[in-house]
Amino acid sequence: MFLTSARKLRELGIIGMNQRNFGLISRYNPRHLYPLVDDKLKTKLLAQKAGITVPRLLGTVSYQHDVRLLRNILEPHAQFVIKPVKGSGGKGILVITEHDQNQYFKPSGEALRLIDIERHVSNILSGLHSLGGKPDTVMIESLIQLDPVFSDYSYEGIPDLRVIVFRGYPIMAMLRLTTHASDGKANLHQGAVGVGIDMGTGAALHAVQFGKPVSYHPDTRKTFAELSVPHWDRLLQLAAACYEMTGLGYLGADLVLDRDQGPMIIELNARPGLSIQVANYAGLAPRVAQIEALTTINPEPHERANFSKQKFSVSAKI
Amino acid sequence: MRSNFRFYFLVVLILSLGIGLTLYKHFALGFPLLPDDKKSVWTIEARIDFLARGDPVVVSFALPPQTPNTIFLEEDFASPDYGFAELQSASGRRAQWSKRTATGQQTAFYRLSLYETDSISPDMPVPAADLPPDPIKPEFDEVHRTAAITLLDQVRSRSANAEIFTRELITALNSSMPSQSQSLLLNERSSEDYKTQLIINLLALEGISARIVRGLFLEDGRRRQSLTNFVEVHIDNEWLLFNQNNGKTGEPKDFLIWQRGDLSLLDVVGGRNSQISFSIIKNIQPTRNLVLRDNLHKQAGIVDFSIYSLPIEQQTAFKMILLLPIGALIVVIMRLLVGIRTSGTFMPILIALALIQTTLLAGIVIFLFVVGTGLLIRSYLSRLNLLFVARISAVIIVVIAIMASISIISNKLGLDQAMTVTFFPMIILSWTIERMSVLWEEDGPREVLIQGGGSLLTAIIAYLFMTNRTVEYLTFNFPELMLVNLAIILVLGQYTGYRLSELYRFHSLEKHDVSDQR
Repeated sequence: MFLTSARKLRELGIIGMNQRNFGLISRYNPRHLYPLVDDKLKTKLLAQKAGITVPRLLGTVSYQHDVRLLRNILEPHAQFVIKPVKGSGGKGILVITEHDQNQYFKPSGEALRLIDIERHVSNILSGLHSLGGKPDTVMIESLIQLDPVFSDYSYEGIPDLRVIVFRGYPIMAMLRLTTHASDGKANLHQGAVGVGIDMGTGAALHAVQFGKPVSYHPDTRKTFAELSVPHWDRLLQLAAACYEMTGLGYLGADLVLDRDQGPMIIELNARPGLSIQVANYAGLAPRVAQIEALTTINPEPHERANFSKQKFSVSAKI
Repeated sequence: MRSNFRFYFLVVLILSLGIGLTLYKHFALGFPLLPDDKKSVWTIEARIDFLARGDPVVVSFALPPQTPNTIFLEEDFASPDYGFAELQSASGRRAQWSKRTATGQQTAFYRLSLYETDSISPDMPVPAADLPPDPIKPEFDEVHRTAAITLLDQVRSRSANAEIFTRELITALNSSMPSQSQSLLLNERSSEDYKTQLIINLLALEGISARIVRGLFLEDGRRRQSLTNFVEVHIDNEWLLFNQNNGKTGEPKDFLIWQRGDLSLLDVVGGRNSQISFSIIKNIQPTRNLVLRDNLHKQAGIVDFSIYSLPIEQQTAFKMILLLPIGALIVVIMRLLVGIRTSGTFMPILIALALIQTTLLAGIVIFLFVVGTGLLIRSYLSRLNLLFVARISAVIIVVIAIMASISIISNKLGLDQAMTVTFFPMIILSWTIERMSVLWEEDGPREVLIQGGGSLLTAIIAYLFMTNRTVEYLTFNFPELMLVNLAIILVLGQYTGYRLSELYRFHSLEKHDVSDQR
């Protein structure tokens, strides 16, 4: 059977694309707030103001003629990430983990010359990766250091944690592990492994790659049974705090664990995808309904995080 | 809840407005709902010849009455140097040509085009039930009178009512082996007119009102025709038409009643040797054109303020433009209900428009060829380290070059189909190539295939709908249907159920659910 029935999905509480766009995004996300998350520089400033840790900004390039300055900006840093400020879906992100005089190395070991990086930067500036092809800005960030907890579960990249935050309450979480197939990117479409996380404990529940269940990491061969996300409370609180930061009622917060600086926010998304339901083997609809039934929203992020920990943990159901 | 009610109220309003206007145009104005609806248009030319004596001339000619189920497209009156007037009287319309002095051979023409219709034209008065005068007892000499009474007695004994009586009488008069009284009554002078008059007189003797009806059998390509006489008999408050040569009742097929009653068909004052002859031509025309012409002529508001009032060139443009909503509907269905991913939201419609010009197969081959070649060249351009705007501009030039070479080469090879390549929107193709190329680099060839295939599939389905003759016909002739389309799209815009593709996307969840229960 390649198709399941709509009735079955409804029973599982799966939210479809149309339902997401209509019932969640357009109802809870006011249009004028989008720039706060679509522009990663603004998000970064907001997060810093709220006292949330973010990757350090190493520099920005806004104009084509400034591309020449790139060499000077990059010179002092051995490792860095180049990102389009208005990019979406992880597009246009270039990670450099090493460089010597002339050559810059991607995590895969592929060598790039300065001229390649300059071209990449000028592509971003022209709006190649931005929504609607609008002119864009390039930001250069410090590279996040892989937390040893995940060293067994990622390949040539940093795993990130996607948390869906609905009206300030984290309702579902998924760990995205980089693989060889995903070229070191935490992008499920390209073959990253999505691991559903128990909201109560941070422990791994299920894992999928390309929409199919997997029980161990395809590259490191490590089973997910022992995987558990550390600093779980802190991560949930950070995610919950994004609600106050942006005002968006339905958002996806992308968090990472840095070896040295601990949990930090790298990106927020006003249109988070639905694959998280597959990774968790659970639908969003019942959890959305539970939050919608609340008459008041608790103003304290950590109390909301606690609420979610109790309500949405796997053990809560049993 | 309230806003929901308002939304559906709006949808129903739009929907009923669209359907209502369509039905109005179909039933009241006669616009056919199918493109193949055709009607025969008869063009009848009456030619009046006479010899003028040099005196004042007045020619009066009876014109056919308008009936609810025939529509006169055009009437022309032509006669050089004559004054002309169309006169209305209780006995019908008459054309009148006049001149102070005329000598020698004179000719006047009357031309009429008409077609039959089954639509109800509201502005056509239903003919009032005209009551006949009491039958005037005819004057017969003794011999004829006896013969008439004998015949009437015979016929009466064989009939039960007035209708059968009339039929029997006509049959008896037309019998191949006439009795003595019949041949006496008919005698050798038996012209059509004489026979008609005889039947009317005999019926009058019996106390039945009857009148002469002159009409024209419509037959394609006939020339020098004359009117045929029929007898109309008043039975039970109704006029019944009888064929005086075989007694058949009812109006025959393709028969135009020209004149009713005893008035002359043609009066010429100041001339002699007047003659009248008819020629008839039939041609088949699409019903739509006829109805359109008729309504434009009548200045029906809904037609007068419509696309039809635009110059032909703009109409042709609108023919294309009005197909776009169909394409949009297909895209909405494919994306919201099926969940197919396309590269660029409305790119498939533009491709479909191009396919309309190039025909399907040639179009697809050209599209794949241009995009494929474009991708190859684009992959080289990406190595050249160009700024983005410059690169997409370069791609545009490359696309144009590919198109030009396709055109030239196919022309040399004698393939006319491939020359239509110019109909593809170049900028859109270039963007498609650029997007696909970036997609290839970032998400791999699989995503390119999914989105490219999705776009092409959507384009083909849109093409199939947009080239459907009926769809094409309906969108252009019933632009009101756009409102129906709008209503459907509005409703689809509220669809929050699963997309077909999501049934596949989430299908692994089902298995898990089953294993959980075990």
